[in-house]
Amino acid sequence: MIDIIGKRYYYFAFSLLIIVPGLLLLGYMIQSGHLPVSIDFTGGSLLEVRFTSAAPSEADIISLYDRLNVEDVKVQTTGQGSYVIRSSILSEAIRGSIVEELGKAFGTEVVVLRFENVGPTIGQEVTRRAAQAVAVAAFIVTFYMTFAFRGVPHALRFGICAIIAMIHDVAIVFSLTAIGSLIWGWQIDALFLTAVLTVIGFSVQDKVVVFDRIRENTGVYRRLPFETLVNHSIVQTLQRSINTQLMTVEFMLLALALFGGVTLREFATILLVGLLSGTYSSIFIAAPILVVWEGREWRQWFKPRTSSAGA
Amino acid sequence: MSQRNVYLLILIAVVVALAIYIVLPNSPGINALGIHKKFTTRLGLDLVGGVQALLEADLPPDAVIEPGAMDAATSVVENRVNGLGLTEAVVQKAGDRRIVVELPGETDPEKALETIQQTGLLELVDFSGIPQAEAVALVGTRINTDFGLSSAQATQPITGTATVTQTFPTVITGADLRSVNVTTNPQSGQYEVAFTLSPKGKNVFADFTAKHVGDVLAIVIDKEVISVPTINQPIPDGQGVINGNFTAEEANNLAVQLRYGSLPIPLKVIEVRTIGPTLGIESLQKSLLAGAIGFSIVILFMLLYYRLPGLIANIAIIMFAVITFAIFRYIPVTLTLPGIAGFLLSTGSALDANILIFERMKEELRGGKTLSQSVDLGWKRAWPSIRDSNIATLITCGILFWFGSTYGATIVKGFSITLFLGVIVSLFIAIVVTRVLMDLVVANFKSKDYPKWFGI
Repeated sequence: MIDIIGKRYYYFAFSLLIIVPGLLLLGYMIQSGHLPVSIDFTGGSLLEVRFTSAAPSEADIISLYDRLNVEDVKVQTTGQGSYVIRSSILSEAIRGSIVEELGKAFGTEVVVLRFENVGPTIGQEVTRRAAQAVAVAAFIVTFYMTFAFRGVPHALRFGICAIIAMIHDVAIVFSLTAIGSLIWGWQIDALFLTAVLTVIGFSVQDKVVVFDRIRENTGVYRRLPFETLVNHSIVQTLQRSINTQLMTVEFMLLALALFGGVTLREFATILLVGLLSGTYSSIFIAAPILVVWEGREWRQWFKPRTSSAGA
Repeated sequence: MSQRNVYLLILIAVVVALAIYIVLPNSPGINALGIHKKFTTRLGLDLVGGVQALLEADLPPDAVIEPGAMDAATSVVENRVNGLGLTEAVVQKAGDRRIVVELPGETDPEKALETIQQTGLLELVDFSGIPQAEAVALVGTRINTDFGLSSAQATQPITGTATVTQTFPTVITGADLRSVNVTTNPQSGQYEVAFTLSPKGKNVFADFTAKHVGDVLAIVIDKEVISVPTINQPIPDGQGVINGNFTAEEANNLAVQLRYGSLPIPLKVIEVRTIGPTLGIESLQKSLLAGAIGFSIVILFMLLYYRLPGLIANIAIIMFAVITFAIFRYIPVTLTLPGIAGFLLSTGSALDANILIFERMKEELRGGKTLSQSVDLGWKRAWPSIRDSNIATLITCGILFWFGSTYGATIVKGFSITLFLGVIVSLFIAIVVTRVLMDLVVANFKSKDYPKWFGI
């Protein structure tokens, strides 16, 4: 049988290798105030337009906004003659006339693709509630897992291991987003939040399946060492994990990411990576941590290396 | 075939038939047993284009809002939206102090929003003692009236010279209106808003005009003086005209505001999102294409990998899609882009249930159990993990829904609803459809070539 659990410290190292750089990047962005947070959270205005017959420079658009006394203007070219213009929130008067002004200034017809204005107070509130939503989700899920595994010794461990693996998945998602914002100009918006919460939900769903096998096997193989038992359970569920997650869900998401249009691309990509991480972490993070916990291996971490498991 | 399976098969047939009836493009709807329902696929603003606005009570954050006041405001807003002729608009209360207004197809929301948002409080204000010339000078300015004030604050003597800071007595408010119409003045051809008072208002008005012939009675809307007609003679029939140099649109918007009453709470627009129709159509086509491609690949994979059970799973999945879509059309659930993503993800959940069952079944087959034993055991052993894992997803959906509806974040809400319904239907599919179909097939299965048919 394949030995998965034996190499557990390699997986931990591998995950850290992906998570740490991304989170450092994110931390740097927060520090320097370049965190790519959308107007959903900060408040402000976003106007996505397509000029049918002209392609003004980004500077021209900024100077037009300046003339109208709009602050914090940032323009991003998204295609030939297409722009995303972000700024502080527009007053009612400007909101009604900005499109007309753009058309007049550049002598072209302007097609409005998207126009959003979000007040600052709602932005702050959404941020606070978003954090609450994630916290509540984590809490309820731990509680639920402990309940679902109440028949197994150390039921709480299952819940906590699921949460650690879930935090791992969320960290992967944030890490990816930091990189995505650097390369593709991704933004943390309400849709991002939806993706994160979904990753949380599906991550837990996947852990339940793997843990369920451990739960079942605990009753069947009473004499097996815990490490072997967990390894056995993982191998038994491996085929299902690959088929469900990789072949079905990931294919759906890949199709969405590739063909689903710009609006969904970021969302689908985050889900794609997040759910992949969810499957990975069930096998390579959550279950191994159970084993680490069972053997209280941390007592050996800082001793001279004698065991072959250490990496 | 067992008695139980016969019943379940009938149940499946009925559910699927109903679902197909609902999903049919030109479904005639239900028009019997006292139910009248048309089935439509409701597409969200991100797919058809339109405006979403979030209105908030314009009061200090710590102000206590009377229970029911927001509901009343919501229905006033809804009436106004309908009154403006915006079809298929959706008006919903979001949280304690917000209202979401969705106007599909609209792209220039400013005029509509202005009409919706204004309080629309009409007051007929006693300007007696103020000379006509001074009254005219007040047109267009904001004044204080005693409406809504306690009686102690209200009674201030009226002096000969009007000032803006003075508090004027209100005679009648818009609450006493019975009907409102837009008319044109026969002489000037200007647009006016004509109103008729309710019986109670009519009496007050008749009394007042009888006593104040020659005085000015100001017409004030949202504390702004609109016009200052002089009372020429007593008006016993309770009819009046508001003349404020309106354009046709302004007169119509004012009539809409007055007709459905004033807002019990002042509102302000805190968020406006407009999606152009071009982007909407592009997104719809692309996501449909993506869905079709993803779905086809998955169907193909299931068939190649799981063979006979894969075929059964595919039948189950197609039923799943039809039933879920029928539920979307029945409720109706507004389909947004994330909503479609949620639906596709729930398809994954439905497949997961089938895959879990089949993998267990194959294990049992490899272990040397008979086919019918394997099916039975596979199903029984897979069930706890299907149940527990889906409950975890349902919990997340609940939290997402709560989050989405408090903030009027319809995209989040749409996603959670479709995912939730999808997961529920997928449980039904796993418990009933896959199970019965498998039993049915196994009972009539003769071949011993398991590797070929089951891919073990």
